Amino acid sequence: MSRPRSESEYLASLVPPSLAAGVSRRGFLKGTLGAGAAVSLSSLLAACGGGDNKGGSSGSGNKEVSFGSNQSDAVPKKAYADMLAASGLTVKVNTVDHNTFQENINNYLQGNPDDVFTWFAGYRMRFFAAQGLVGDVSDVYGGLSGFSDAFKQASTGDDGKQYFVPLTTYPWAIFYRKSVWEKNGYQPPKTLDELVTLAKQMQKDGLVPIAFADKDGWPAMGTFDQLNLRINGYQFHVDLMAGKKAWDSAEVKKVFDTWRGLLPYHQPDALGRTWQEAAQSLLKKQSGMYLLGMFVGQQFPKGKEQEDLDFFAFPEIDSNIGTGAIEAPIDGFMMRADPKNEDGAKQLLKYLGTAKAENIALKADPTVIGASSEADTASYTGLQQKAVEFIGSAESIAQFLDRDTRPDFAATVMLPGIQTFLKKPDDVDGLTKSLESQKKSIFTS
Amino acid sequence: MSDLPTVPAAPAEAAMPRRAGGRVRVTGTDRIFLTLMVAVPTIMVVCWVWLPAIASVVLSFARWSGVGGLDTIQWIGTENYKNVFTNYPPFAPALRHNLVWLVFLFVLPTLFGMLLAVLLDRELRGTRFYQTAMFLPVVLSLALIGFIWQLIYSRDQGLLNAVLHTQIDWYGDSRWNLWAVLVAAGWKHAGYIMLLYLAGLKGVDPSLREAAAVDGASPAKTFFSVVFPVMRPINIIIIVVTVIESLRAFDIVWVINKGTNGLELISTLVTSNVVGEASRIGFGSALATIMLLISLVFITIFLSTVMRGERR
Repeated sequence: MSRPRSESEYLASLVPPSLAAGVSRRGFLKGTLGAGAAVSLSSLLAACGGGDNKGGSSGSGNKEVSFGSNQSDAVPKKAYADMLAASGLTVKVNTVDHNTFQENINNYLQGNPDDVFTWFAGYRMRFFAAQGLVGDVSDVYGGLSGFSDAFKQASTGDDGKQYFVPLTTYPWAIFYRKSVWEKNGYQPPKTLDELVTLAKQMQKDGLVPIAFADKDGWPAMGTFDQLNLRINGYQFHVDLMAGKKAWDSAEVKKVFDTWRGLLPYHQPDALGRTWQEAAQSLLKKQSGMYLLGMFVGQQFPKGKEQEDLDFFAFPEIDSNIGTGAIEAPIDGFMMRADPKNEDGAKQLLKYLGTAKAENIALKADPTVIGASSEADTASYTGLQQKAVEFIGSAESIAQFLDRDTRPDFAATVMLPGIQTFLKKPDDVDGLTKSLESQKKSIFTS
Repeated sequence: MSDLPTVPAAPAEAAMPRRAGGRVRVTGTDRIFLTLMVAVPTIMVVCWVWLPAIASVVLSFARWSGVGGLDTIQWIGTENYKNVFTNYPPFAPALRHNLVWLVFLFVLPTLFGMLLAVLLDRELRGTRFYQTAMFLPVVLSLALIGFIWQLIYSRDQGLLNAVLHTQIDWYGDSRWNLWAVLVAAGWKHAGYIMLLYLAGLKGVDPSLREAAAVDGASPAKTFFSVVFPVMRPINIIIIVVTVIESLRAFDIVWVINKGTNGLELISTLVTSNVVGEASRIGFGSALATIMLLISLVFITIFLSTVMRGERR
């Protein structure tokens, strides 16, 4: 995480954080036998350094706002640069590789973070807000218009204050190619039974019904979320994610049992496939549908192919629950707890919460939509317009499993847990018992 | 890691008698120079090896998210260890995979590398070509080797499936992927061992072999009864290198799938618990400490063998 900084700033910060930043943790890991030892060192040093650094944030005459960005791919990077340039403020952008940014967020926030930086709504935001690592932006949020209550809720910390300014969002749903469906006369299923009937028909027609991939461990979490929202409803899902409900309950077992019933219609060997490869099978008309976020469209060439993409909500399983709950992760911005240039940071956030900023950012990626209802929808593709309607009419919106629960639980328990289920779908009792017992060990702190 | 302190310190010791030439006269500059020579490596070793190792062990008895000051650390005794052994499904496979890794490297690539070295030592025609070809993988990083073998193992476009007319996902199917990775890692390891052993064989006094030949020993008998015992130091180095390679196995697995789905190793579990947003610092440290203890067993055996050998 070597970040470009001015020399004076570099000297001002004490040695430990720079030491921790200078030594690549992974490099250390490769080279040393006591791998864990090295990692703990850099964590420790960064943690100690955090306290020292916070004192030095008195540079008030400074007009510049620093901005930490995880948009490391060329196209969104350019869009962000354009968006920030139009703010009228002097913004110094520090772009860090997307995954690196996420992996280092703890050290980043405790070290010398930028005044404003990219992050996600949900538990991952509330956790840092509760730790006092990010700044209260309630006054900025109060001045923004165009955000629905669902967005406000997603931007609010445990203490009722806002810590997050939304920029974009996208829905999770079942995506398909219109041309394939028209040719075969398929209709979007309304219930689980219809989905199974459709899947059987697709198999007869020589298609893999549901494209599926879980090499990276997170895409299958989306399937779990959809099933849980349909079978047990939004409130149960939220409570389960918060550790308040038991993982070995009959409700959760039913989710896995239903999933097992659907597995024969999923693309086999999912654990060795990336979501990009699964999306390619949808693009090549080898599979009939794919449950994923709207970013599946990134694998489709712009123009005709992207226009051919459509989606429908995951069908109803329990008529008492309905299909009102959907999943739509929100990306946006947070502010450092003690920004070097607080006025500038808040001005920037105010700008980033406007439709003007969103419109520029959206040009880069037609697979997301603006979070503000005031964003210019005239230039939206058909898919984007449908997504606006889909999210707008939702009763409740979940983020995503790894954004709604503790990151340690998602990464070290749920990720291997779901992969185990996909390998051995028959041992639901053993799996849920293990998930619950691991949850108890993690959710105690 | 254990050789770190001795390597930089050695020149300082060696410099003393040569400079003084019998009479010990150390000038002021020498004193500063010597102090630096001893102090700098010592500080480095203490800071980068001992302190973090001790911190790891200490933190393994704590629960800490890595967020907030040191006062947010909760001390929970041996609970992390209890959880590692009883409440963490990936741990048992990881331990097993590390052992399989160790045994596999010993049985196949190490012995194969030694065999290659013996064959190449017989000055076959084109020996330089074989030597280069076998050594080539060693200069590549394991991460890169993972990518290269991807071309062979790929489910849809891979060479192996094309030859065997199968549809196996060699990296993705947990029935096969550990063995697929081991073959790739062994490919590199064999070249490394070959080079080490070849260097050792070149150093064996030719008169020993001549004497054996005169006494009428067969080439096989010459190797096992004369050359192999003489090669004892090299054999120990090869054992240590193989143990270290199998314990620190990490990068090839990490580039494939971050050590999930049949490729769990203790090193990847440490990383996925400590690095990243998860930050189960205490739990990850407990895993790291277990790894340290396993390493210590081998290091102790190695050191005691070497020291016993020197005393003789």
